[in-house]
Amino acid sequence: MNERSSVEIYTEWDVVAARQLGRDEAKSIGFGTVDQARITTAISELARNIYLYAGTGKIEIRRLHDGVKKGMMIISSDNGPGIPDVRKVMEDGFTTSGGLGAGMPGVQRLVDEFKIETEVGVGTTITAIKWLR
Amino acid sequence: MNNQIIKNLQKHKEEVMYAWIEEMKNEKGEKFFQYMPEHLVEKTSREFTALMLSNIEEGEDVSDEQSMEFATKIVRFGWSISFINTAIDRFSKVVFKHLEREGVVNGENYSRFFELHLNWIEPLRRSIIQSYSLEWERTFNLQKIALQELSASLIPVFEKISVMPLVGTIDTERAKLIMENLLEGVVEQRAEVVLLDITGVPVVDTMVAHHLIQAADAVRLVGSKCLLVGIRPEIAQTIVTLGIDLTDFLTTSTLQKGMEKALRLTNREIKEVE
Repeated sequence: MNERSSVEIYTEWDVVAARQLGRDEAKSIGFGTVDQARITTAISELARNIYLYAGTGKIEIRRLHDGVKKGMMIISSDNGPGIPDVRKVMEDGFTTSGGLGAGMPGVQRLVDEFKIETEVGVGTTITAIKWLR
Repeated sequence: MNNQIIKNLQKHKEEVMYAWIEEMKNEKGEKFFQYMPEHLVEKTSREFTALMLSNIEEGEDVSDEQSMEFATKIVRFGWSISFINTAIDRFSKVVFKHLEREGVVNGENYSRFFELHLNWIEPLRRSIIQSYSLEWERTFNLQKIALQELSASLIPVFEKISVMPLVGTIDTERAKLIMENLLEGVVEQRAEVVLLDITGVPVVDTMVAHHLIQAADAVRLVGSKCLLVGIRPEIAQTIVTLGIDLTDFLTTSTLQKGMEKALRLTNREIKEVE
């Protein structure tokens, strides 16, 4: 399997394709069922955010090994409207779409490392890393 | 269309066919020409060649009906579309080479072949693509209907107790269907307790949870109780980490436990008889 693979998000079904890819990768890296579910759910949230707010974008998955530990990096990138107030998005219960508002803070809790780069009118890139323990 | 070309091609049918088979044997991919027994290859190739050439016999441009008929027959060969495309490409190449060798087409009247290509090969190719995409669309729609049929049915199990087993991915469309079927079913079956079984749902993210919560709220509004059952351990952990609040929900790990609870809620129990 490749070190990196990606799924373009255009429709709601691409969300399913993205998390299927994530699950397969997570399984082959050696993550257990709970972590597989965490990774799959995180990808699901990220991909759905692309679909809901940016329209189109990409979910990229990379394998990591720094010599000691193995892991998986999920990069969600889009050229959408960007996030005006990142702090608000990371608050539990904040939503602009009538959802639960648990997506972004939830993803942060599901993974080990989490980073948002966003600029209004330019797009958003979110990087999430899960290490294999 | 040019009569000279047509006459020549009709006369050298066999030659063109064998040249084409040779070309196709070198193609990677479908392996049809490598693995099939010789007589079958020849039979299919003869059919293919005949079909290709039948369309120019009339001495005029290929009509729409002709090309559609051709496509329907070719599709029945069961080859993939890219393989058929290659087959047509190779055929066209073989024909060109043959005509060049015969001296029917040369540098001066190359436009003849171009015309032949435009009025013969291209319509056929178009019709192939068209009939394949029609076929796909049909399959896609049928599968969509099939999926909808098994999407979300509310099953009355006991008096006052109904179960809705959810299997597979829940998208926006299905979520709507679940809600509709749930509410209609609850009223129709006079269910007092509904068990939503998510054993078969692979991922519960915030959107799925949101839809489930909404469905449960709606069930409460029509006067019934909603139990969420079949929460696998890893899903439970994910839900907690995501921070989804399901405290308003009655939940159990398995459908069996949910059923016991539902019976208790309706003041009944299942007893062993001696």
